[in-house]
Amino acid sequence: MPLRLEKRAERSSTMALVSPLIAIALTLIFGAAVFASRGVDPWHGLYVYFVEPLTDEWAREKLIVKATPLVLMGAGLALAYRANVWNIGAAGQLQIGALFTGLIPVYFSNWQDPSVMPAMLLMGVVGGMLWALIPAYLKVRFNANEILTSLMMVYIADLVFDWLVRGPMRDPKGYNFPKTVNFVGWQTLPHWGDIHLGALFALVAALGLGFMAYRMLKGFELLTLGSAPRAGRFAGFSAQRAIYFCFALSGGLAGLAGASDVMGVSHQLQTPYSTPSYGFVAIIVAFLGRLNPIGAIFSGLLLALTFLGGEAAQTSLHIPDKIAKVFQGVLLFFVLACDTLVYYRVKWESRK
Amino acid sequence: MEQLWAIAITIIAASTPLLIAAIGELVSERSGVLNLGVEGMMIMGAVAGFGATYLTGSSAVGIFASMLAGAGMAMLFGFLTLTLLANQVATGLAITLLGIGLSALIGENFVGKQIERLPNFHGIDILIIFSFILVGLVSWFLFRTRYGLMVRAVGDSHTSAHSMGFSVIGLRYACVAFGGACAGLAGGYLSIADTPQWVENMTAGRGWIALALVVFATWLPKRVVLGAYLFGTISILSFVVQTMGLNVPPQLLSCTPYLVTIVALVLISRNKRVLRANTPACLGQAFVADR
Repeated sequence: MPLRLEKRAERSSTMALVSPLIAIALTLIFGAAVFASRGVDPWHGLYVYFVEPLTDEWAREKLIVKATPLVLMGAGLALAYRANVWNIGAAGQLQIGALFTGLIPVYFSNWQDPSVMPAMLLMGVVGGMLWALIPAYLKVRFNANEILTSLMMVYIADLVFDWLVRGPMRDPKGYNFPKTVNFVGWQTLPHWGDIHLGALFALVAALGLGFMAYRMLKGFELLTLGSAPRAGRFAGFSAQRAIYFCFALSGGLAGLAGASDVMGVSHQLQTPYSTPSYGFVAIIVAFLGRLNPIGAIFSGLLLALTFLGGEAAQTSLHIPDKIAKVFQGVLLFFVLACDTLVYYRVKWESRK
Repeated sequence: MEQLWAIAITIIAASTPLLIAAIGELVSERSGVLNLGVEGMMIMGAVAGFGATYLTGSSAVGIFASMLAGAGMAMLFGFLTLTLLANQVATGLAITLLGIGLSALIGENFVGKQIERLPNFHGIDILIIFSFILVGLVSWFLFRTRYGLMVRAVGDSHTSAHSMGFSVIGLRYACVAFGGACAGLAGGYLSIADTPQWVENMTAGRGWIALALVVFATWLPKRVVLGAYLFGTISILSFVVQTMGLNVPPQLLSCTPYLVTIVALVLISRNKRVLRANTPACLGQAFVADR
């Protein structure tokens, strides 16, 4: 192959900033090609998909609502992946978080004072955390691959959720619809338009984790264990504690994402529940933000835009909204490919 | 008797895709490449296989198309991880996410369509027989041929293999492509032979279970058969239990394959000696030739 990589003496900090932008540009070019192949003018297609959703107030609010769980989960996952801890089960952790949150309105529907809101949020965090600690425990105690176990837990979470919401937790007066009672009053999050308090949690979480990653010993510990495990061990950092910590943190944030979703958007649990699939998109959020929790704020907004664009493409271009998933997958691809530029120079060489 | 045979057939049908996908991934991992994109390659194989059969009316073309689709996705994975040296775990996830999205988009027009099922004799079709031949061939190739030895050498120590003059990257590309073709075929089995229809997300995590099977089999082809059939049997038995009228919520019974996967991983991984004996030493590591 005429393409050769030459290792840079030092990691290029320019490229670290530019490479995600190149990836986005390549995704746009890919998008234009897809639109052209479907007989849509590429410029018009890109405009409808990526620009139009930002032009009116209502859609901008929706963007933030969709970005909220993505940023919450993406920031936590970014830090976990930095530490080489591969939690890919955020979807299940979100769903169990939502389920735990729902326990209070379902079984203590009379609890109606300001204390119920933090209690429900806490339940969400605890739910996500407990679900995430299972693969962490299996990894530490039995050396079981956390990628596979955390993913299996996603399928199990979905089935358990479905069973409980159809069965024991179903609203008895809900005309047999597979949903719980409505959350009311203090059981819902305050909101401004469509935007609910969860957006603030997301912002604080991302900034806080960014601070921890780059300004605190704990962050240094995780980053060291991720990039140089041997050096980390010599420094006395425990890889096992890091596994527990990363799973608890990312799982807790996923649980919080679930809690704020059901308390801020749907105000009930219902099955099938679609938000958990954001758990997988959050993996893309983490990587597009170059595994920097603060970067997750921007990448979360961009990926939220791909969801809105998909809906817009469906209504005004008659392209199935599944195109959103394709764009998201392609974006991750280009992000990973462009990441190479940070550490290597690409050289073309002619065969001698 | 007839009832037992019917159950046996469903068990075989549940085990075959796991077996085919896992044996392909085993070869890829033996060469040192951890491709987590099995689920994505499998779902692409399923949609391509169904689509080609639907459009041409020939299941042979469908089978071929499913392998091609899986191998195509695998080459994309290979380009990123082998040529551009991207992280294998992340790239595998990208393949899965892309495969799920792309297959949903391509398959839009195939939802609800019908094709003729792959011909079979009392429920045994050609792919089931082929899956066993495949295991034999892979086992023979890896442990009885020169190229198989080279593949294992590349997976166990890529620097030594390189200094012996083997083309590390070339061999890895070949193994990754083989793994992709197998995953694609496994997906094609689902949409052409098992349930001749296209349903979005129809692989339902089987690709991930196949990945776990490779670990469970400690990278030995013959044990993959054992593992795949153990999984197939357990997941079918949970349905049989359901029809016997036991009062367990169906959703909890459906958890069985995923729970069994976790239990199997735990049981095999806790014994580090067994695991270390056969784990390819360079699994998941990028290779850069120093000149």
